[in-house]
Amino acid sequence: MKKVLAITARLAVCAAVMLGASLPAWADKEVVIGFLCDRTGATQTVGVNLCPGYHDYIALVNSKGGVEGYKIRAMEIDHEYKVPQAMEAYERQKKEGAVLIALYGTPQTQALNQKLTEDRIPGTSPGFGISASADGARYPFLFPIAATYWSQGAAAVKFAKDQLGGSLKGKKIAYLFYDNPAGREPIPVFEELSRDEGFELRTFGVPPPGVEMGAQVLDIAQRYRADFVIAHLFGRSPSVAIKELKRVGYPLRKAVGFVWASAEADIEAAGGFGVAEGYYTMQFAGVGPDYPVLDEIREMYKKQGKEPPKEMASTVYYNRGVLMAAIHVEAIRNALKAKGGQKITGADVKAGMEKIKGFTLGGLVPPLEITASDHEGGGWVQIFQVKGGKLVKVTDWFKAYPEVVAMQIKEAAK
Amino acid sequence: MIHRECGVLKTTYRADMALYPLPIARKTVAAIAILFALIVPLVLDQYYLSILNLIFIAIVGAIGLNILVGYTGQISVGHGAFMSVGAYTAANFAVRLGFPFWLSLPLGGLMAALVGAVVGIPSLRIKGLYLAIATLAAQFIIEWVINHFTWISGGVQASIEVPRPALFGHAIASQREMYFFLLVFVVVAIVAALNLMRSRIGRAFIAIRDQDIAAQIIGIDIFRYKLLAFAISSFYAGVTGVLYTYYLGIANYEQFQIGVSIDYLAMIIIGGLGSILGSILGAIFVTLLPIAIRWFMESFGSLLFSEAAVHNLIPNLRLILFGLLIIFFLVVEPEGLNRLWRNIRNYFRVWPFAY
Repeated sequence: MKKVLAITARLAVCAAVMLGASLPAWADKEVVIGFLCDRTGATQTVGVNLCPGYHDYIALVNSKGGVEGYKIRAMEIDHEYKVPQAMEAYERQKKEGAVLIALYGTPQTQALNQKLTEDRIPGTSPGFGISASADGARYPFLFPIAATYWSQGAAAVKFAKDQLGGSLKGKKIAYLFYDNPAGREPIPVFEELSRDEGFELRTFGVPPPGVEMGAQVLDIAQRYRADFVIAHLFGRSPSVAIKELKRVGYPLRKAVGFVWASAEADIEAAGGFGVAEGYYTMQFAGVGPDYPVLDEIREMYKKQGKEPPKEMASTVYYNRGVLMAAIHVEAIRNALKAKGGQKITGADVKAGMEKIKGFTLGGLVPPLEITASDHEGGGWVQIFQVKGGKLVKVTDWFKAYPEVVAMQIKEAAK
Repeated sequence: MIHRECGVLKTTYRADMALYPLPIARKTVAAIAILFALIVPLVLDQYYLSILNLIFIAIVGAIGLNILVGYTGQISVGHGAFMSVGAYTAANFAVRLGFPFWLSLPLGGLMAALVGAVVGIPSLRIKGLYLAIATLAAQFIIEWVINHFTWISGGVQASIEVPRPALFGHAIASQREMYFFLLVFVVVAIVAALNLMRSRIGRAFIAIRDQDIAAQIIGIDIFRYKLLAFAISSFYAGVTGVLYTYYLGIANYEQFQIGVSIDYLAMIIIGGLGSILGSILGAIFVTLLPIAIRWFMESFGSLLFSEAAVHNLIPNLRLILFGLLIIFFLVVEPEGLNRLWRNIRNYFRVWPFAY
């Protein structure tokens, strides 16, 4: 008896859920992208700006008539940076017919990897996820599409080398990292490069939640006396690192942050652009408001008689959202072209993704070349410096030590 | 009346000891069994099964935690870590030695039981909030160990990819197959817990919870039973971790952090401490509520707000509503959903002649 009611309640909820499911309009000529997002969880500072960027680009494409006659629907579900929610969200997106998943978050990417392969739906994980998934043969349905932590590490060393006068022999490099798997991932690359380039490497882990690093920074600045600092931090900790480095008098023009330690929000939280003056940031998408595609988005809003969204001001994450959406649209375009406008599946989109080449969106996207074996597309980054109240470009797109990164990928496959 | 004790006469000890003494209860259980073993998996879409799968995993974990917190009265905020112990043990056995799931799963549970029993040792001297802090320490220590010992965690990524469980050479991969796989363990977990709690061990647990000094005086070995409670509860947690690992295909410590421990505590508090049905209801509630709220918001949110605003509002309102509903249910019935259900049942038991 007591279980009867529990069952009735369960069925009632299921029925309610099914009713809800039939509400969204089903257009025939529609391609669905599953978009996982985090606007409320551990990394919500990223999501609140990245997700609108993604939607705006999709809206822009749709306002121009879509792709090959198809409208694109980005089905966003917020997973609060939690794995069970991400699993549920993915299953729902799959049910709605998603042919491509915009993953978000490293644990979520790892948890969904096997499912994606089984369901033959490609997923993208720009700037996070599994570094080894650059290997398209081993991870056929996972696409990092942006520089992995290994490539970022290699690029950071290359950048340090250029900044320190072309040679790292006898120099000291400090690696300040968030002490979790993602933070430790690039260490083998650094170790390998320290042998090749002859620099001294010391690592400084910051235990989670990463807001207390006075000791580490003091160590770097006054005892170790590093010639260059490479910081790989997340969430609140990048701003703390900038503040602490400033406090102990370490010159910020000798520090570079990985892609998640390099947004306007981090600089604002550290006390503003004045405090962070000189700090270098690594980027996998173009930064700043001066790209033709952003003008088009502003134009689109103007036509609708609206102001451009305030999220556009946070260009680092907003532009990354645009980059993700743009690459997705290109992959779908390639897939639709290959199928001659027929209905496409996940496998078609995977093939379309592997054809992306020379698509730069006016400089916002790096010169990616995604192939069946290289799902990373080269591992391109740009360095921007905090200068005079904004982020100023100091290098063009570059990649570094591809052979060292390739060795890591090979090592991981063992 | 088939739903009342009145007129149900027991003539044997066996009948008196039955798990479900009322005829209607037995029929209900049979109906539920048919519903969940046959009708649900064949009728529902994979998506709904995926939700049920998540609920199933949560039920196993919640029952385990309830044995410790609800029945024995020992608090633990380290259950997320015990799950990770089970997950990594099973993953290592499955990947390094190629063990099948029916070997690595109990091994994962046993390892978690061992670790849980060790963590439970402070419970012999400290109680309540002090014990909570001791188990919290265990949560962080285990997390740190897994995170830094690559021998356990399988590399810097601290994650081990596990092949799908296979039965007679057939890989259990789709949500529907996974449903049957998990259903078996949920049934075993529920039946085992129901029986445990009416055994000598279960009664000892309850005696310890109600008054440990009195329990000691009547001859219950506190040392043994407290550690046993920790071990059994951690075994459940370990199995939960293993099931989760097989469900996702990967063992990753980030899935078992302190937040997970708190989530499970929330489940049993909302569901009802010291009740198996409460654990089940709590697991359903906590897993389903966010999903239900989102469905509701998506269906009706667009009537009030623009699309971009809905995208931003849904996740935030979901968190707020989730919190409010938990408070609401606890205010309505502080003893949890299980008590709420009993109140309803008791009302109908005497209906229409309430006195």
